[in-house]
Amino acid sequence: MLNTEPNLAAPDDFYEALLAIHQDLTPEQARIVDARLILLLSNHIGDMAVLRQAMERARQGITPAGQDATITIRA
Amino acid sequence: MHIDYQSLRFEYRRSPDQSAAQLAHHPVVVVGAGPVGLATAIDLAQSGLRVLLLDDDRCLSNGSRAICFAKRTLEIFDRLGCGDRMVEKGVTWNLGRVFHRDDPVYSFNLLPEGGHRRPAFINLQQYYVEGFLLDRAGALPEIEIRWNNKVAALGPREDGVELTVETPEGEYRILAEYVVAADGARSPIRKAMGLESKGRSFRDRFLIADVRMKADFPAERWFWFDPPFHPNQSVLLHSQPDNIWRIDFQLGWDADPEEERKPERVIPRVRALLGKDAAFELEWVSVYTFSCLRMARFRHGRVIFAGDAAHGVSPFGARGANSGIQDAENIAWKLALVLRGEAPETLLDSYDSERVAAADENILNSTRSTDFITPKNESSRAFRDAVLDLAKDCAFARRLVNSGRLSLPSTYCGSPLNTLDADRFEGLMVPGAPALDAPLRDGDWLLRRLGGGFTLLHFGAASPVMPESETALRVVNITPEDDAEGLAATRYDARPGTTYLIRPDQHVCARWRRFDPEAVRAALRRATGRG
Repeated sequence: MLNTEPNLAAPDDFYEALLAIHQDLTPEQARIVDARLILLLSNHIGDMAVLRQAMERARQGITPAGQDATITIRA
Repeated sequence: MHIDYQSLRFEYRRSPDQSAAQLAHHPVVVVGAGPVGLATAIDLAQSGLRVLLLDDDRCLSNGSRAICFAKRTLEIFDRLGCGDRMVEKGVTWNLGRVFHRDDPVYSFNLLPEGGHRRPAFINLQQYYVEGFLLDRAGALPEIEIRWNNKVAALGPREDGVELTVETPEGEYRILAEYVVAADGARSPIRKAMGLESKGRSFRDRFLIADVRMKADFPAERWFWFDPPFHPNQSVLLHSQPDNIWRIDFQLGWDADPEEERKPERVIPRVRALLGKDAAFELEWVSVYTFSCLRMARFRHGRVIFAGDAAHGVSPFGARGANSGIQDAENIAWKLALVLRGEAPETLLDSYDSERVAAADENILNSTRSTDFITPKNESSRAFRDAVLDLAKDCAFARRLVNSGRLSLPSTYCGSPLNTLDADRFEGLMVPGAPALDAPLRDGDWLLRRLGGGFTLLHFGAASPVMPESETALRVVNITPEDDAEGLAATRYDARPGTTYLIRPDQHVCARWRRFDPEAVRAALRRATGRG
């Protein structure tokens, strides 16, 4: 079960550290850091049910405005 | 003796069917003399059926094409009587290595345990595979092959399918009780029947270069992400017989397929990998895109689709030809039983359910690999690069690196032909699983002992006596002395009295802790669609 109750002992310290690792980065560089961070944390959590709940909450309320590079085909 | 199978041209010969006063009847017509059609024909012929194999051309595969043949395929080739030739000629490999830029990030052994007759993979040009299958087919009098015979139209009838066949001498017609359409990705039969294969295509292009050279790379699968010699793209290297090396270069969607095929474009790419002084010749070059797709159903009445005609995958994972060979052996024994009147025609529906599920498994794996190799948006690219970066020092990330999850046979878990376990078992040999090999005394192998046909595999000091049943059933008894290394008992979680019912395609369909002829009879009825 995904814990959405307060769980960080020092929330402001955490938030400052999160911003600090993105300091002076281009959006592309920031994306790389975020991707690594998500992978490291996901493995640490390990519980697929929790991860799915977190993924679902993260995606909530966003209507796709882009398009993936695949094509539907009929042969 | 060396045969250049790629250059062989076969004679069109006029058949008496072409001037027959009445429509000639054939129990099975297989369309397409590729690996899948040839394997189907051989399997049917080995169970004593007369098979007509039609091919619209008069030659074997042009180019090396499918080169990776998996352990299960080799075991099927063993049963079809041509496994040794394949393995003797092929390059055996078990190890895959993945590099990111210059660094090795991950390696995987596809067969980490001993006690198997066949390796995880051999690499062998498709024209050799077809050539060896064709030689085997030629030794079976039940098989007739007609080259330059193209199926132009099909008409369903109550008692069969009427085929209109085009030849250099004009058209003729025949009647087939069943048709196996193994006529490839563009399947003219699928089109003629107004059917389609649907799925996803990927926006990427790949260059295949087959290069002839002397090189000292090991017989392993090498995959590079973003190597210095081909920046921002991936490269795959495989060894083939006759000093041929397969190199796949990812080109990206914007590459011009006509330009990229030209030697002046290909040679510098190969040189960048091998070094500027490398001596090599280009043997075969092709630029391709790929799709993951399948037909909604593989059985349409008396016409059954197999191989690329029924489903397609991206090449990463070697799941195309290998799954086609598994289609072939799945349909062959079922058709044989139906045509001999030993099973109802509804047995053929289990081909559909089992092989559609297998196709979905292959498509899933192949799509996941392609999504890793060809990121479809900026986020997937960022995660891919993050995985490769973390893989250097974080063990968990190496498990996420996906350069292809290589072909494994499907376990037919939900098959209606399975009898559910009533007794407790551990391990992999669940009903629906492909039987695992194990070494036996005197250099024999378990799968060789199983052979084809329905087999009762019994573990114990003495063979049980099976009363006569409607379906022919062979009993293979494995004594503790036969199983000198104990691996058969371990792999089958066997104790004295353990009994497995094995299908003709060597998949498990039932198992018990003790032999009970009534339970066997019921499971056999179920496995032949009569339960």
